[in-house]
Amino acid sequence: MDGEVKQSFWRQVFWPRLRNNRMAMAGAVIVLAMAFLALLAPLVARDPGHIDIALRLQAPSLLYPLGTDDLGRDVLARILYGARISLLVGFVAVGIATVIGVVLGALAGYYGRWVDTLIMRFVDIMLCFPSFFLILAVVAFLEPSIWNIMIIIGLTGWMGVARLVRAEFLSLRERDFVLAVRAAGARDSRIIFRHILPNALSPLLVSATLGVAGAILTESALSFLGIGVQPPTPSWGNMLIAGKQTLGSAWWLSAFPGLAILVTVLGYNLLGEGIRDALDPRLKE
Amino acid sequence: MLPYLFKRLLLMVPLLLGITLISFVVIHLAPGEPTDLQTQLNPEVSAELQQRLRAQYDLDQPLMVQYGKWLGRLVRLDFGDSFSQDRRPVTAKIAERLPVTILINVLSIGLILVVAVPIGILSAVRRNSHFDRLTTVFVFVGFATPSFWLALLLMDVLGVRYGLFPIVGLKSLGYDYLSWSGRVFDMAHHLVLPVFVSAFGGLAGFSRYMRANMLEVIRQDYILTARAKGLTEKAVICKHALRNALLPVITILGLSVPGLIGGSVIFETIFAIPGMGKLFYDGVMMRDYPLIMGILVIGAVLTLVGNLLADLGYALADPRIRHS
Repeated sequence: MDGEVKQSFWRQVFWPRLRNNRMAMAGAVIVLAMAFLALLAPLVARDPGHIDIALRLQAPSLLYPLGTDDLGRDVLARILYGARISLLVGFVAVGIATVIGVVLGALAGYYGRWVDTLIMRFVDIMLCFPSFFLILAVVAFLEPSIWNIMIIIGLTGWMGVARLVRAEFLSLRERDFVLAVRAAGARDSRIIFRHILPNALSPLLVSATLGVAGAILTESALSFLGIGVQPPTPSWGNMLIAGKQTLGSAWWLSAFPGLAILVTVLGYNLLGEGIRDALDPRLKE
Repeated sequence: MLPYLFKRLLLMVPLLLGITLISFVVIHLAPGEPTDLQTQLNPEVSAELQQRLRAQYDLDQPLMVQYGKWLGRLVRLDFGDSFSQDRRPVTAKIAERLPVTILINVLSIGLILVVAVPIGILSAVRRNSHFDRLTTVFVFVGFATPSFWLALLLMDVLGVRYGLFPIVGLKSLGYDYLSWSGRVFDMAHHLVLPVFVSAFGGLAGFSRYMRANMLEVIRQDYILTARAKGLTEKAVICKHALRNALLPVITILGLSVPGLIGGSVIFETIFAIPGMGKLFYDGVMMRDYPLIMGILVIGAVLTLVGNLLADLGYALADPRIRHS
């Protein structure tokens, strides 16, 4: 019964709303296209690490649609392989942030009292730090590797999720259905994860989608500053370093990697906002 | 007002303690030591000298003792001496860089307000017009544009290709020989691109936020009342609606402080501006522990101050807050 109600909500309310939102659909197309390109990179692209000095700094042509870089590598191939890095960092970082945020937010909201006070003060303190400072400091102390970057972006990005989950738990924990399962003798962990948390999934979906966009932006900024993904692994951020070094002479080295970031982030933001609107009960037709 | 201020200040104390603790733990959990850089790379340094360096920086003490000593000095605004070549006090280094960062951030907040507020109001009042659609597109593109990429493009096109703006630093070479007004112009000329870049992301966010506020306010009963008593649309929007829609902006301004300060690392590094962000980046590259801890703490304290100012501004603007 409960399952059927949920089914019909997603199919009869959420999906038609999302489908009618042109901006959200544009976002979904971008997100899917990028995911496909990243997956298919080894099949369609040249070797992103193949150096040919004779071909260095070639402007875009039929043979090299996005030109070549200062070592003669194919920019298109590097952008396609860079998509794998960006998406991987985005998803793993958001995954980490979501897990931490859900656990802490659920504990705070469910148990209340001193648990709540302790966790939420911790959230307040973490929010005081300019997160880019914190990330920069830790990334520079650890060896800058793609795994460290994911972990640190995740560790500094869970506070919003925790607040959101806590708010859901506060409003749900005294509801009749929770009292009923508790009276039936369910353990706390079961109440939290099986009965209350599923109700918080839709706002989590929105925050995760928007979070991917944010994590991609952060990773590219770190890589651009030279403390993110390290060459020769291609990432959109570290490709732009070459763009800075050839300022004024090879526009394609600055233009295309940045455009790739912009389009991808745009896609996730559009889709995230679309999902939010589709889930918003105040926006009924 | 005074009791309110006092209460707010008191609430800041535990936050400050937490900030120092987290800064300290984060930096010290990372592997590697500052003395490594100075000793392992230099074959002439003996193990004995390395020990002496460790002792000098308290690195041979347990973490809690190090933290206690550091906190004790912190209360006197003493962050210790920088590990870099010049060995100057961290406080002095930050003090000479901080005004630059604050100046740029204040200018960009000003720019954001001047541009984003009218855009937000117009697109709310003319909802679903061409103007509203256009700004919505701008907002999404603005959100998705990496600031460092925007900086790169502007440097390339406006700086290198057309030579309209300088792309490095805050002053020209002959700055010291310029007249007073010449200096102001020279610095303003250097500031155009950095301020624009640091404001860009905020522009998108703020105009969106302003639009949402305005839409919310226009729906309220008191706006209906104002219209019903025959006020012109201009008076309804500019007097009755605008004031209420502007209130939450104060809070958002306060909340945007950490983002702006964090962003300063990016544009100060790109434009080689001698501000706190560049200082931090250089410190991170050199593993300058005292400097990094100092700037982390200062950055967080600036955030707290920003939030406090926002709350005070809110209380000043809205008597309902002050008296509750």
